[in-house]
Amino acid sequence: MTENGIGAAVRRKEDYRFITGAGRFTDDINRPKQLYAQIIRSPLPHAAIKSIDTSAAAAAPGVVAVFTGQDMADDGVGSLPCGWGINSKDGSPMVEPGHAPLVVDRVRHVGDQVAVVLAESRGAARDAAELVDVDYDDLPAVTNVAAAGKDGAPQVWDEAANNICFDWEIGDKDATDQAFSAAEHVVSIDLVNNRLIANAMEPRAAIGDYDTGNDEYTLYTTSQNPHVIRLLMGAYVLGIPEHKLRVIAPDVGGGFGSKIFHYAEEAIVTWASRKVGRPVKWTAERSESFVSDAHGRDHVSHAELALSADGDFLGLRVSTLANLGAYLSTFGPSVPTYLYATLLAGTYKTPAIYAEVKGTFTHTVPVDAYRGAGRPEASYLLERLVDRAARQLGMAPTDLRRRNFIDKESFPYQTPVALEYDIGDYETCLDTALDMIDYPGFAERKKASAADGKLRGIGISTYIEACGIAPSNVAGALGARAGLYEAGTIRVNPTGSVTVLTGSHSHGQGHETTFAQLVTEALGVDIDAIEVVHGDTGKIPFGMGTYGSRSLAVGGMAIMAALEKIKDKSKKIAAHLLEASADDIEFEDGQLTVAGTDRSVAFGDVALTAYVPHNYPLDELEPGLEETAFYDPKNFTFPAGCHICELEIDPETGHIELQRFVAADDFGRVVNPMIVEGQVHGGLTQGIGQALYEQCVYDDDGQLLTGSLLDYNLPKADSVPDFEVATHETLCTHNALGVKGAGEAGAIGSTPAVINAVVDALSELGVDDIALPATPERVWQAIQQASA
Amino acid sequence: MSVTVSLTLNGEAVSADVDPRTLLVELLREHFSKTGTHVGCDTSQCGACVIHVDGRSVKSCTMLAVQADGADVVTIEGLAADGDLHPMQAAFREHHGLQCGFCTPGMIMSAVDLVNRNPEPDDQEIRHWLEGNLCRCTGYQNIVRAVKAGAEAMRES
Repeated sequence: MTENGIGAAVRRKEDYRFITGAGRFTDDINRPKQLYAQIIRSPLPHAAIKSIDTSAAAAAPGVVAVFTGQDMADDGVGSLPCGWGINSKDGSPMVEPGHAPLVVDRVRHVGDQVAVVLAESRGAARDAAELVDVDYDDLPAVTNVAAAGKDGAPQVWDEAANNICFDWEIGDKDATDQAFSAAEHVVSIDLVNNRLIANAMEPRAAIGDYDTGNDEYTLYTTSQNPHVIRLLMGAYVLGIPEHKLRVIAPDVGGGFGSKIFHYAEEAIVTWASRKVGRPVKWTAERSESFVSDAHGRDHVSHAELALSADGDFLGLRVSTLANLGAYLSTFGPSVPTYLYATLLAGTYKTPAIYAEVKGTFTHTVPVDAYRGAGRPEASYLLERLVDRAARQLGMAPTDLRRRNFIDKESFPYQTPVALEYDIGDYETCLDTALDMIDYPGFAERKKASAADGKLRGIGISTYIEACGIAPSNVAGALGARAGLYEAGTIRVNPTGSVTVLTGSHSHGQGHETTFAQLVTEALGVDIDAIEVVHGDTGKIPFGMGTYGSRSLAVGGMAIMAALEKIKDKSKKIAAHLLEASADDIEFEDGQLTVAGTDRSVAFGDVALTAYVPHNYPLDELEPGLEETAFYDPKNFTFPAGCHICELEIDPETGHIELQRFVAADDFGRVVNPMIVEGQVHGGLTQGIGQALYEQCVYDDDGQLLTGSLLDYNLPKADSVPDFEVATHETLCTHNALGVKGAGEAGAIGSTPAVINAVVDALSELGVDDIALPATPERVWQAIQQASA
Repeated sequence: MSVTVSLTLNGEAVSADVDPRTLLVELLREHFSKTGTHVGCDTSQCGACVIHVDGRSVKSCTMLAVQADGADVVTIEGLAADGDLHPMQAAFREHHGLQCGFCTPGMIMSAVDLVNRNPEPDDQEIRHWLEGNLCRCTGYQNIVRAVKAGAEAMRES
């Protein structure tokens, strides 16, 4: 292993600024003469806007301007676009309503944007916002996804009958129906995947800065993908050509998907800055984030598994209602379709699968990707169903899984739901996890808990996910309206240091360190002489950003491709210096050597020569040493693993205490084990949050009850135990690094492991199901009802 | 209407004229450009704004600037001495106790106060103390490791 190269637990290069308070998050940035924007948001879930009187607000102290949706519409501002089109079963395209950054005539969720006040100070903007007088005509609203589909439910969009955006399917219905008719056992489950809110610790913020002298715009924004924002906002919303629009995503404090999307506030501040000729800054208050950041999950599903007498999975059918919210968020339609149902094979060789998904509008905040984006929903459903099947058939949950695993010799494996898995070894992950938790010893531990009056349970989940999104032509065929490649530039500087420009974006993932590790491994340059630059469209050629655990698999591969070009050119330069053939040059540990000799030249000398080309093949080779590569992945990547949770329940209070949590994950090659472990810890905590603590609740009147951190229960330091994490590497077969991605897996396998453990603990009392989250109240109620 | 607030900030005497509604965190971030202290919520849950006032950790979003008149305030920017990292800062880097870095200043300031009061805290004590410091990235485990290591380093120095 090269020192600080691939596989090393290198301490992060970016940490210094964060531990000393020198980070530059968007709200830390101030532009000269900036104005502060306060957004006026609807307090009602559904209403017609009869009139908006901005006169009192406009006259308030410190106020420079007040704008409404009509002002933006009059200026030709377009709709926030949706980046993924889904077709229904009958081939018709999804219902695609417009999405004005400031609503003109009708608000459709609590928090919907109505107007904006620009003032000299935050206080003045807040005070003036309260003076904006909106006359609403209250309309009936529906927030529950099941209720929204029923006849007579309030309609979110006139053009979407029964609030259906799309009625989509995947798989082979006939083959699946046949499998069911021949099956000895059918196990079914009805479940809800609870609505969640990402709540990254940094609230969203945006600064629009229009330069009148050059007719150019700069947008600072808390985004996971600045180039995507430039494309969507520039092309579809504000009509600004790319060369006149710079988007900068500086330090971003967490995203988890919620900072992928092009939000109204980005367009509002950019547009408003030109209108008033001054920079405009907006920062969300946390309770404002609750009603404006995209929410996650929110599925209601019915699923059935058909099994043979011996427990072979014969067929799976799933019917899901997916809440899209009131508007189509940037990737909203893709999450409950191609990012969800294509994972319903799981780690199993189920031969026939059919799934149908109805994307449904409701009067709630738009729903889109949140850590895992569709894969947690699939794993939760599958692993709950498998556990239920084990119970019903009287088989051990381990045995039922083993029996149905795709064998490690069977790859590449074509699933019945579009995806072809490249490689995996699910049994080793299961065995590793069972060993880590001392599965055979559980019975004794359960007895000890019982002696203490506690119910002990153990729950397993074996998950798989698809990440490293995605091959562009495949994605395009499935409805994506963009490519999903990545770009990387390696700029070797004259004195041998290296600047890496990447289209990936780090908002906690440590790319400034891990991408530098790739470079140090390839070129032998000291890691401290490598700088990774991200987040600025003015500096980086292009990028699709960071989400879907794609940075290493796609962004890292773009860097590897650029490094290959650098190495090729370096060999040619070295060949000239050493008077040899380029084919005979070996590049190792920062030295370029003529094979079989001790004649060599250091990479640093090659770099200097490239920029001071006096002894140089100028007639064959351009000076300089900088290469760019665009990498389009060949396939998704398929991390997989086994999570096991052991917990104790106090039957008197319903309180759950997690005892142990083990994770054995296969992420392919691990570049920085410290960072991977950190990603798993964070993911597990979010998955446990979904299982036990978090829920986003709307009341029957459409009001968001969980509208602040007082009511939305984020896991705290004492909410989770220490985790035990191990990795098993089966190298991805279609990228040279062999990497699969690790950012989301923790949030995918953990939720079902926890709930399977809860059901296990309560099963002796006759409880066979519990809803998400399994709060103490729910657990206690379940116990009461079972004993009644 | 404005009020003059005078205090010691990271060892330096400073003062500002502020609207009496101004929160201490706003004074720090906007008047004195000490943007290392962050605002993460509006209900005093998250702890991203934790600083030291007269030697004790305080959520600066829950104090008015005027309440800090005459106080000795230390923010994350004032923790390192003469360019050397405070042992707790170094421990956070060594043990990967941060990912996005947004909760980190408040987390470090809070941890330093814990160790000042309890020089050898165990895991449970650390997790309980940090209940008021939310992190969405790390899952807390490496933060606990970092605090323990930071405590040990603080004991030794």
